Amino acid sequence: MRLLRNIFMSAALTVAVSATAMSGLVDKAKAAWEPVKPVEFIIMAGTGGGADQIARLIQGLIEKHGLSPRPFIPINKPGGSGAEALRYLQDHAGDDHTILVTLNSFYTTPIIQADLGVDVSQFTPIGRMALDTFLLWVQSDSGITDLESYVAAVKGTNGTWKVGGTGSGQEDSILTAMMEAEFGYEVTYIPFPGGGTVAKNLVGGHIDSTVNNPAEQNEFYRAGNTMPLVQFTPERMAAYPDIPTARELGVDIVYFMQRSINGPPGMSAEAQAWYIDLFSKVYNGEEWQTFCVEDGLDCTEWLAGDDLQAFHGAQIERHKALIEEVGAAALTGE
Amino acid sequence: METIIEPLFNGLLLAFEPVNLTLLVIGCLVGLFVGAMPGLGSVNGVAILLPVTFLVPPTSAIIFLAAVYYGAMYGGAVSSITLGIPGASTAVATVFDGRPLAQAGKADLALTTAAVASFIGGTISVVLFTLFAPPLAEFALKFGPEEEFALMILAFATFVGLGGDDVPKTIFSILIGLVLATVGLDIISGKPRLIFFDVSGFFHGINFLVLAIGIYGIGEMLWTLEQTQGDVQVHKVKSSFRSLWGNLKHVKEYFGTTVLGGVLGYFVGILPAAGATPASLMSYGLAKTFSKNPDSFGKGNVSGVAAPESANNSASTGSMLPMITLGIPGSPTTAILLGGMIIWGLRPGPLLFSEHPDFVWGLIGSLYVANVFTLILNLAFIPVFVRVLTLKFTILAPMIFILCIVGGFAPTQTMHDVWLMFVFGVVGYLLRKLDYPVAPAVLAIVLGPLAERSLRQSLLGSHGDPMIFFERPLSAFFMVCAVALVAYPMFLMWRRKKNGANGGAEAG
Repeated sequence: MRLLRNIFMSAALTVAVSATAMSGLVDKAKAAWEPVKPVEFIIMAGTGGGADQIARLIQGLIEKHGLSPRPFIPINKPGGSGAEALRYLQDHAGDDHTILVTLNSFYTTPIIQADLGVDVSQFTPIGRMALDTFLLWVQSDSGITDLESYVAAVKGTNGTWKVGGTGSGQEDSILTAMMEAEFGYEVTYIPFPGGGTVAKNLVGGHIDSTVNNPAEQNEFYRAGNTMPLVQFTPERMAAYPDIPTARELGVDIVYFMQRSINGPPGMSAEAQAWYIDLFSKVYNGEEWQTFCVEDGLDCTEWLAGDDLQAFHGAQIERHKALIEEVGAAALTGE
Repeated sequence: METIIEPLFNGLLLAFEPVNLTLLVIGCLVGLFVGAMPGLGSVNGVAILLPVTFLVPPTSAIIFLAAVYYGAMYGGAVSSITLGIPGASTAVATVFDGRPLAQAGKADLALTTAAVASFIGGTISVVLFTLFAPPLAEFALKFGPEEEFALMILAFATFVGLGGDDVPKTIFSILIGLVLATVGLDIISGKPRLIFFDVSGFFHGINFLVLAIGIYGIGEMLWTLEQTQGDVQVHKVKSSFRSLWGNLKHVKEYFGTTVLGGVLGYFVGILPAAGATPASLMSYGLAKTFSKNPDSFGKGNVSGVAAPESANNSASTGSMLPMITLGIPGSPTTAILLGGMIIWGLRPGPLLFSEHPDFVWGLIGSLYVANVFTLILNLAFIPVFVRVLTLKFTILAPMIFILCIVGGFAPTQTMHDVWLMFVFGVVGYLLRKLDYPVAPAVLAIVLGPLAERSLRQSLLGSHGDPMIFFERPLSAFFMVCAVALVAYPMFLMWRRKKNGANGGAEAG
């Protein structure tokens, strides 16, 4: 398959080059690449979660504004805390029609699972769409009203307090481990295939708390089923003016999650340029910015290409340090 | 009641608006085609058509996409019955009895049964949706990992407890399916498991369509070749208005099964993460268990077509409930619909019913109408579909072969899966020669991952105590049912044996 494609590509390239040479009058130095088939838009988490919602919104925006000649097809690959998706991209090295929307497990999963054979620093950086935020959520009728009563309640259960999350080694499990270390309690962490399912299980009372992203929990908050206790941002978000930050309460936990678009290793520079252009249009569009404000995402700084690469580099180092601090065993439950 | 009648009436009016009605009919037709083509499921259909819907208001858009989804549920049965290859994952169980019926020259009966059962199942679920949406959403919330696992056990029990089949062989078949289901990355820790020979294609696991198409498409073809020595009889199927009427009269044979399948499908559909495929398999198992004549299943029993078809339509409607009320899609296709809703500016969640009643009721209204239209379209197309069967085997076999390859390649788009499909084809043929039932393996590969996840979640939560499944009322209820389902046919067999001995003595 790949050989065939390469032959085809080089043939197409030869034709293109000779055509350019013959006309000799090409005035625009514009990158000529465009998708020639549907683009696989891989989501490294399950349906209904934050990454999923974002990918589907972006897909819709691309379609609505006719930004791509070929459709973007969102595909969920939630297995093994994103390992399935990362492996999939690694196996599609050099493919210009596969892109990935990330969570922080983009950093953590390859660190925890060294035998996966994935090096994300080799992936092709496209653009950072947002910084997602975290809040601590409990059921509205749990009787818990603030962080203090929460900590007391968890400590009272002797380790049977059930925290739902999206996978061992995922960002929310890191945050959970950070809280365990900070408050000196232990919880039982139960992984679910996506933030949406976590939210449902919290409302249904099958878990006791979670550190979901706002987009995953907002509708249940509005309906009065669940409520946030504390936000893990440096300052209070516009969407949650009455909820204190952890820092205000004297707990130094600040944690963000990047939502970025990345290509597989070895994507062509022309394709990368085309995707960067496409996603910067989506990013600067009114719909995207409105979504960010309503759903508690930070979309104030656009990072693309090499800048995103540098950001990834720093984040990988930070997560290595964090994992070392809380211990990989605390995350994988082994 | 008044609170339902008025909005429902408005919803029906919305569905009958010229634009919406046109979209609905087109959607049903497109869905029928998409569902019938192996490799093109409702997921692809809805994903490809999503952009079209930005041209119309959200209510029209959801009506169109729901019609595609709905039509695909009907369409899936067509290739299952006429070609013996499941057109979509939801139609795998339809092959079990649909194909033998077609081979016996009764393809028109099987197709009519599928259409009518789909209609009944679909109608039951829309009615349930209309009357009990909010309490059912509450019910879906009660389902934690423990209940999910218990339900999966119940599903396995329906397959083990089938009277007539060889129980050890059935269990063996289930175990093969379960082992295949564990291939890939561990769902909790993400560690690679059973990566045979370090082939990277196994990292994404074994797609169950690859197994189903291999066993039923390729394996079946090998079997036919062997049985007929290449001299395959062309089926003479006539389909006229009169024969249609005759076929419709069979309804009373499978009405009970269909209603049961419809109700079951709806409840499985509303559970997030389950969807129409498990529903159709469970419905088939249940129909066989409660049948007076379980031995005839798999050999061309109309109830075996009616049960899965009723359940998959019903579940597809059911899976819209968690999408609307919880924002969690119950199936891959509803996940795409959900994406559409977000872009249309609608936030699915507990408040959608009260904040956007036009949208929700328009959708519900359209489901009633779509049901009627797909039934009519389907019945009208049956003469066309059965024509496929009049083709010579030398023409039909290569067609089936190519469709198998397309269907095996489409889900993951790797050649790895195509080779795997051939391997399964040969294995399926051998299993059949050795008289092993293969349907339980297909069931196990679908339900295996769901069962494993919920089992491990439950045990994490209970710190390893398995009694948790009996402590929670709902899951205890399912567990007891499961035990009963396995015990009941064994009891029957025991009694039959005893009676058989006595009866023999009396007759002599």
